[in-house]
Amino acid sequence: MPLPTINLPPLSTARPEEILRPPKAWFVLLTLLAALLLNLAPWSGVWLALKPDFLALVLLYWCIQQPRLVGVGTAWISGLLMDVGQGALFGQHALAYALLGFAAEYFHRRVLRFPLWQQAAHVAVLLFLCLALVFLVRIAGGAAVPDWSNFLGAVSGALLWPLTSIMLQWPQRPAPSPGER
Amino acid sequence: MPALSYDPLPFFKRGPTPFARFVFFGLMSLALLFADGRYGYLENVRVAVAIVLDPLQRAALMPGQAWDVVAAYFASQTRLSDENKQLKQTLLTQGAVVQSAQSLLQENERLRGLLQAHARYRGNHILAEVLYLGRDPFSQKVFVNKGGTDQVKAGQAVIDDMGVVGQVTRVYSSMSEVTLLTEKDQTIPVKVERNGVRTLLVGAGTGRLPELRFMSANADIQSGDVLVTSGLDGTYPAGLAVAVVAAIERDSGMMFARITCRPLAGVDRSDQVLIVPAPLAGMPPRPEEQADGESPKRVGKGRRGR
Repeated sequence: MPLPTINLPPLSTARPEEILRPPKAWFVLLTLLAALLLNLAPWSGVWLALKPDFLALVLLYWCIQQPRLVGVGTAWISGLLMDVGQGALFGQHALAYALLGFAAEYFHRRVLRFPLWQQAAHVAVLLFLCLALVFLVRIAGGAAVPDWSNFLGAVSGALLWPLTSIMLQWPQRPAPSPGER
Repeated sequence: MPALSYDPLPFFKRGPTPFARFVFFGLMSLALLFADGRYGYLENVRVAVAIVLDPLQRAALMPGQAWDVVAAYFASQTRLSDENKQLKQTLLTQGAVVQSAQSLLQENERLRGLLQAHARYRGNHILAEVLYLGRDPFSQKVFVNKGGTDQVKAGQAVIDDMGVVGQVTRVYSSMSEVTLLTEKDQTIPVKVERNGVRTLLVGAGTGRLPELRFMSANADIQSGDVLVTSGLDGTYPAGLAVAVVAAIERDSGMMFARITCRPLAGVDRSDQVLIVPAPLAGMPPRPEEQADGESPKRVGKGRRGR
């Protein structure tokens, strides 16, 4: 039931015939900040193991949807912020996110053709690669080889992908035209 | 569902290709990794970025803190009174110890005066609260709410009511990072309380108990021995309880015994900790190293190679 003034569409993904409006830069920035905030929140126990990398997820979304607005550079800077937030060695998240940005830009035309759950499979692979790169850097720095449970974040991230896409796409969708249904 | 106007036409200039950018930023990351990991050049940059990030981190903590406040408000009367009773009992039992400690302290000072030994340094302890555990399942770190403005310095020991928790490794303006003693390769010089054997307790990483390394197979250590800081490093004050020996494996094929220890402090549980200044004040300066490298090396203070 659309309101008379703000005709926002229902909460679902865009249908193929819909053309998305370009997102506002401040909206992109805001979502990235929110994702960083979620990453910085104090997680512990099971939730820490299950926690997806929200920032990676949102970066991936924007890199796929708006490769000219958000790309490798933005991803890299976000990675640096994550490194400081985690007190980790400088550059490991930056490296992983830069890879993520590159892969997303490389695949963005293809990924968008798939339905959401198949996109999620792509995302799982990319998030897994991202995690693996972080762990690889750690291992090179002398850390122990991680447990398999450390990769659960990639799976939960992929499961959250449909929700993330729908939420981030919502403001960009055109208002339904008056004649439509 | 392509977005409007974003598939570029090939004759527009778009800057370097994604791959070129990836290579550029990848190399930058590697350079940063080396600069930080090998040489530790980037502490200032880190502190600067941390200042920018600080409000964000505080905001991220807010929901949890709000929840705590609400939970505390609704905490049941009986539980609080129970806790109160328990705390009073603890206070009473510890009161006796504290009173005797006072007289022991004076006696000790008198004796030290007689022996002309250096007085033990007693600085101001800083009470800090744990803000959050490191978000990183890999590293054993916590962040506490006291930082450079509260005179916290990197290298200071951190204890809780049961024993040593770890060491301050990085100081930001209003919080600092504490590396727990379970962190891989985090080292604490300890001695066995029972017989005074000196050794090093080395952390083994997430999910594993710290161990005493390089103890010969016939070393006089028993399961259940309490390890206390030896104070030889000038970082940890002497005599703080650290760990209790949990298991000893003596394999005749190995040169050293494998000794695992269980930390006494609530390393990953305690939410209030005490930051203890280094007792270096009364110590003579470190002797000059001789050119031939023969001089006895002092024990390093924990962080190695990072």
